[in-house]
Amino acid sequence: MNEHLKPSVLDRPNSYVGKTVPRPNARRLVQGCGTYVDDICLPRMVHLAFHRSAFAHAKVVSIDTDEARAVPGVVGVFTMNDIRDVITPWTGVLDHLKGIKSAEQWPLANGKVFWQGEPVAAVAAVSRAVAEDAAEQIFVEYEELTPVTDMETALAPDTPVIHPELGDNLCFHRVIDSGDVDAAFADAAAVVEDTFHFNRHTGVPMEPRSIICDYSRAEGELTLYMSVQCPHMSKNLFAKHLGLDENKVRVICRDVGGSFGIKIHTYSDEMAAGAIAVILGRPVKFIADRLESFVTDVHARDHVVKARAAFNSGGELLAIDMDDVTGIGPYSVYPRTSGIELNQVVNLTGGPYKHASYRADGKVVFQNKNVMCQYRGVGHPIAVAVGEHLMDLGARKLGLDPVDVRHNSFIPDDAYPYTSPSGAIYERQSHRQCLDKLVGIMDYAGLRDAQAQMRDRNIYRGIGFASLIEVTNPSPAFYGVGGARIASQDGCTIRLDPTGGITATTGVTEQGQGTETIIAQIAATAVGVPLDQVRVLTGDTEIVPYGGGTWASRGAGIGGEAALQAGKALKENIIALAAAILQAKPDRLDVRDGSIVDIATGQERMPLSELGGIAYFRGDTLPKDVQPELVATRHYTQRQFPFVFTNAAHACHVEVDVETGIVNLLNYWVVEDCGRVINPKLVAEQTRGGVVQGLGPALYEECLYSSEGQLLNGSLADYLVPMAAEMPDIVVDHIETPTGTSELGAKGVGEAGTAGAPAAVMNAINDALDPFGVTLTHMPFTPDKILKGLGRA
Amino acid sequence: MTGPLAITITINGEPATRAVEPRLSLADFLRAEGFTGTHVGCEHGVCGACTIRVDGRTARGCLTLAVQCDGLEVETIEGATGNGCVADLQDAFIENNALQCGFCTPGMLLTADELLQENVSPTRTEIREHLSGNYCRCTGYQAIVDAVEQVARQRAERT
Ligand code: FES
Ligand code: FES
Repeated sequence: MNEHLKPSVLDRPNSYVGKTVPRPNARRLVQGCGTYVDDICLPRMVHLAFHRSAFAHAKVVSIDTDEARAVPGVVGVFTMNDIRDVITPWTGVLDHLKGIKSAEQWPLANGKVFWQGEPVAAVAAVSRAVAEDAAEQIFVEYEELTPVTDMETALAPDTPVIHPELGDNLCFHRVIDSGDVDAAFADAAAVVEDTFHFNRHTGVPMEPRSIICDYSRAEGELTLYMSVQCPHMSKNLFAKHLGLDENKVRVICRDVGGSFGIKIHTYSDEMAAGAIAVILGRPVKFIADRLESFVTDVHARDHVVKARAAFNSGGELLAIDMDDVTGIGPYSVYPRTSGIELNQVVNLTGGPYKHASYRADGKVVFQNKNVMCQYRGVGHPIAVAVGEHLMDLGARKLGLDPVDVRHNSFIPDDAYPYTSPSGAIYERQSHRQCLDKLVGIMDYAGLRDAQAQMRDRNIYRGIGFASLIEVTNPSPAFYGVGGARIASQDGCTIRLDPTGGITATTGVTEQGQGTETIIAQIAATAVGVPLDQVRVLTGDTEIVPYGGGTWASRGAGIGGEAALQAGKALKENIIALAAAILQAKPDRLDVRDGSIVDIATGQERMPLSELGGIAYFRGDTLPKDVQPELVATRHYTQRQFPFVFTNAAHACHVEVDVETGIVNLLNYWVVEDCGRVINPKLVAEQTRGGVVQGLGPALYEECLYSSEGQLLNGSLADYLVPMAAEMPDIVVDHIETPTGTSELGAKGVGEAGTAGAPAAVMNAINDALDPFGVTLTHMPFTPDKILKGLGRA
Repeated sequence: MTGPLAITITINGEPATRAVEPRLSLADFLRAEGFTGTHVGCEHGVCGACTIRVDGRTARGCLTLAVQCDGLEVETIEGATGNGCVADLQDAFIENNALQCGFCTPGMLLTADELLQENVSPTRTEIREHLSGNYCRCTGYQAIVDAVEQVARQRAERT
């Protein structure tokens, strides 16, 4: 049969792809039977607690650990000098981010401290309570240095340089100048501009960062039980900096209680735990408590953007010109660097539109606050908020509807593949289709009518839109080319078991988004077995194929394609064996629902359990030249484009109480296009969770620092995250434009919700406040800021 | 600091007599006893991940001391699973994908069950209000509200 006449494996009669099926791993989680790191208890295990710097910037004059050592139950107290022989420092730079620089970072303070919360000394003890008691008995003499906290003056000549060896406080500088920006602004019918503040916030996974390091002196082996998104990356980094043979480091990652990008970075306290395990030769557990999570989990955003846009009289976007400055704390985080977020902002602002002229100047600066790095959405929430607010300003200035201005400015459908003025390449996007569908499901016309009527009664409702692109399925261009050993490829191995079921192992990981479910759906479909006959294993570097893990919305697109190809290969092997056993031609056979069937009639020829039994136990009955091969492995790297872009259109409907400044979220709609949808329910839930994680920082979440670099609200009581009562129901619908880069056609969806929500809610609030002539662009939009904006506070 | 005190707590129907430090939280006590379905997300009473039942009422395991529960009955998610009292909620959570990472889920289930015992047909707003002491960072809450609403309907039909 010709290749092109074969029906796609995804369209098979018993396909699970495109269906909502429940997650097989959910049952143990609802019973409280998951295995998170803190649930694991190993023999002879000790617990770590840290003395952390109380100052944002100081010299460490002396550390007195005598009293801590004397606390009963303490096994060891460690400063940098005590672990220096077993661990090397790291520097968060990548070759392809030209000019990026950072200082060497050590697991424990090495003479100076650079942010409040930086670990200075560690106590290992028989229980966490004892370790914490003893940590309080560590006395450190500090000599305070001037903290650099304001990112906007970090580069001023009279600001102290945090790391003198670097020469200045500039980490990374990126400039784009494309087309003819000056001419576009000179010719424009309308020019709009604004200044935006994006608040520092953080991921707050409900399970804090957690690790157990178990070092066996006899074997020279380190086993790490981690709550992490990228086990192979961690394996490499612990081996490298602890001087161990990488083949003797194993990372086991069972259940992960949320991560959102927080758990893909190198953390000093976790590296110190590794060093202490090597020194003690016994398992060391470190579970961050919530207070230390706030001062050490990577923060995100913290950007000030000044941007302007030029439009012609038809409401077509001609040019964007922007400056962005972001403060990332005292170090660029290793190994992904803290230059990536700014890079994404300048690459993606105005992404859906056809403007030919674009200038962006972005600076990443050091400061004495907690480090900042990649968190769900990485740069997108900023890029989308800036671009989409400019679109609304343009619409307002020209007296046009915001929907029309977007329509007039979208990249034309026939222009794909399209290279943006920032150099991003889009394979194919469905902005127009998404926005049209969105306008339909939300009853835009009806909402506008209602809005006008309510205004007469002094009720202020607003509608905000956001069209966006999202980076997914990254190629090696993201990290690999920069020298980081972070795999962009992923693999899947599928084995036919003697029972007739299959076991799939994959390098992508599960943090609750449903990775194991979609891999099972794809594998079941590709091989031809019932879904309940599939077992999926993830998160153990000793078991799964080498891979990158789950981040940058790559799990479904990259891991899924590897599973599809492995499943197809295994099926071919199964059919070859069945043909030999049944003395039939391979092309007359198919595998469906766990049986070998006649391809034309669908009649069962042999169940897979029988084939498995013969292959594994009765090889004596097989023809001499037949060696069954019932395991297949395939790998996949997306290398056609640097990234495969997902797109979406969001709309938010709010009511702003102009007396109290409270924003009431009334409705939220998303039409997203992540290509082939493998499981509609899981896509919708990723979107909803993502939207709420975007609404949180737009309305409530902010890491508030004093001018001395002290975090003022580092507890869950003071740092507000969205609660059930405040959040709206979110309607999610789909457009499917499969990517041609893979047979599966799936793009990612994990971050698009977070990318669009801040823009949509900001635009909605400003739409509501339009009668007052007020424009707010300083997140989060707290009642206080709204009242101030209205001149009522 | 006072030394360990001997207490007897009935955990999921089985009495356990232990010597515990007065400062030990009930959540840490239960986890050390192997009931690791009681999760600890903040240790300062905000997130609700440590929600358990003490003598039939939900409580925060991180804000309750083990010694306060001397002579009391404590039920964890393991116990509630064993006696089947939240089986319908567990099924509905799975069906609606009302959990992602699952860290908030045990506490969320016990809190939802408490609501449905007090109010047999809560509105969505009432469900959202009642669950607001339990944080979920993954789902955005809607699927949880859907699941609880569905179980309220099912329980009403059954009675
Ligand atoms: S751990 Fe008890 S409320 Fe958060
Ligand atoms: S499912 Fe992860 S916190 Fe609720």
